Amino acid sequence: MVIEKSQSAQNIIEKISGSAAKVGFINDTTLTKAMMYLENKGIPNNKQEDYKYCNMDAVLKKDFKNIEQKFLSSSDIGPYKLADTITLVVLNGTYSEDLSDKIILKGLHITALSNLDADAKKLIASAAQVESDAFIALNTVFSSNGFHLKVERNVALQIPIHILYLSGAESEAMVNTRSLIELEEGAEATIVEEQVVFGKGRVFSNYLSEKFIGQNAKLNSSLFQNEGILGFSVNTNQVRVERSGHYDNTTITLSGQVVRNNHNVVLVGENSEAHLNGLFSSRGTQLVDNHTLMDHQAPHCESNELYKGIINDKSTGVFNGKIFVRKDAQKTNAYQSSKNILLSDDATINTKPQLEIYADDVKCSHGTSTGKIDESALFYLNARGIGKESARKLLLGSFALEVINKIEVDSLREKVTHLFENEI
Amino acid sequence: MITIKNLHASVDGKEILKGINLEVKAGEVHAIMGPNGSGKSTLSSVLAGREDYEVTEGEVIFNGKDLLDMPAEDRAREGLFLAFQYPVEIPGVSNINFLKTAINEIRTYKGQEAMAAKDFLTLVKEKQKLVELDGKLANRSVNEGFSGGEKKRNEIFQMAMLEPSLAILDETDSGLDIDALKIVANGVNTLKSDKRAFIVITHYQRLLDYIVPDFVHILYNGKIVKSGGKELALELEAKGYDEIKKQFEKETI
Repeated sequence: MVIEKSQSAQNIIEKISGSAAKVGFINDTTLTKAMMYLENKGIPNNKQEDYKYCNMDAVLKKDFKNIEQKFLSSSDIGPYKLADTITLVVLNGTYSEDLSDKIILKGLHITALSNLDADAKKLIASAAQVESDAFIALNTVFSSNGFHLKVERNVALQIPIHILYLSGAESEAMVNTRSLIELEEGAEATIVEEQVVFGKGRVFSNYLSEKFIGQNAKLNSSLFQNEGILGFSVNTNQVRVERSGHYDNTTITLSGQVVRNNHNVVLVGENSEAHLNGLFSSRGTQLVDNHTLMDHQAPHCESNELYKGIINDKSTGVFNGKIFVRKDAQKTNAYQSSKNILLSDDATINTKPQLEIYADDVKCSHGTSTGKIDESALFYLNARGIGKESARKLLLGSFALEVINKIEVDSLREKVTHLFENEI
Repeated sequence: MITIKNLHASVDGKEILKGINLEVKAGEVHAIMGPNGSGKSTLSSVLAGREDYEVTEGEVIFNGKDLLDMPAEDRAREGLFLAFQYPVEIPGVSNINFLKTAINEIRTYKGQEAMAAKDFLTLVKEKQKLVELDGKLANRSVNEGFSGGEKKRNEIFQMAMLEPSLAILDETDSGLDIDALKIVANGVNTLKSDKRAFIVITHYQRLLDYIVPDFVHILYNGKIVKSGGKELALELEAKGYDEIKKQFEKETI
């Protein structure tokens, strides 16, 4: 297939030679591969199946400058902090030791990518293959100096880590944020990742997080996206789960003009498991596109996905859930469910399960439902004296809380619940 | 309490109620009986304010106010209660949260303060006993996974909590075995008072053995064709609806 090279890719490629030199922590071979990939494939538009509903080429034609940073001081961080967590600040893609909490926890190491030793650097781009997606390639070429978070063997962190990605511009900016999260064998951690856009200008943020869950390790994570109409983002999570490892994620998207999530989980070791929960609420002309890939490579693994969408006004929601069960992945249990409520006649939801199963002894199921708010339930509530607005809130709240309540960090769960209830 | 005058209502352009006249006073129990399709459930839905029905003619005065002018929630707040024939399941909304919201919205409407949590829970415990409703059900989602009998008892429980001035029971007996029927009827009888009225809509006479009506009306083809005392229900049970149909078919066409 011949793909016309897009204009946005041209713009970006023109910038490549200048920026590539800055990225010191990615080896030359990987960098060259990433550049070649971008040159050949460009930024995907809606002619590519994986980006059918999410024309990123059109988004990037808005000509986001590479970096046009806006800075913050530690007093600006205060309002974003979550109670009973340790704050780790990434400002315009760069890990800021100054703005982050200076708390020392035994077994926890947070290091700027540029300061990693040679062994640790080998992890970079090992889970996120540069030739698998344009935004992985783009991030690799333009990557800012992100962070590596490591939890040592058999250490269970008692305090959640709140990773605050703050990106802001006067007019517009492109930010490529990169992180490595590594849980060694038997380690346990709870993290919250939060995407925030501040300032007056549009920001295109291209997040890439590689997560390594070691044997018997357990990572509980939440991703909270509330970038508002200035935010255009792609968030790629590339997760590898080793034997008997456990990965939990709850992704909440309350706003963002364009939000594309590529959540790719590879269950590489036996008995490993992953649970992905998602809630998105879109309005205006927003687009929220959740793509998940659950790759069962080993036997006796379990995966669960529950994604819910509330789509209002002229906004669009997408859920595309791919489940691969490889030939060796016998005794796999994989479940997926997508439920959506359309609040307006102009709202759109595209939901697509994709199951590819090559093993013969597996349990897999998927389900999807889309509808309006239940009129008979509304009338039942009204008939008990509950007004139209309260009844609507009660019903949408109950729909959303099933996902929100899966957030384990109390301060985040309360914040999300509060913001959600104010919005609907 | 409630005066219904020449009430006509249609759904999707088809006229179902063709001129209902009925007056119910405080303290009275009225039974409305009729064959399938006579308009019994339409009448209860129209009174409760379901928007699928269009009232084309007539008026309903409830405690001195124009009922048809109010949205469903205001009718409930004014003291009208409909026990649903098919109570709706609402996953994710707990019975307790649902009732607390209802009670407090009604109180706000009346200019009263929200009920204290402690008083609310005391009330829940007291009223649950009335219909022998398992306390565990209170924390479950509204009607979700309830048996048919539990759903109907939950309706009466809600009625007891909300203390309406007029309760309309829409085929509350359908799908109930004799034990559940007795529990439901007992709940209703406990709630009887000289300030409260009931309209009991039923297909069968059976329920009326337990909830004894002061008046019985026969609804046929969208009109009340015959009214009488409780003996009318027995007469109907003995003769069946066929006789009514024969008698009134010509008149109503």
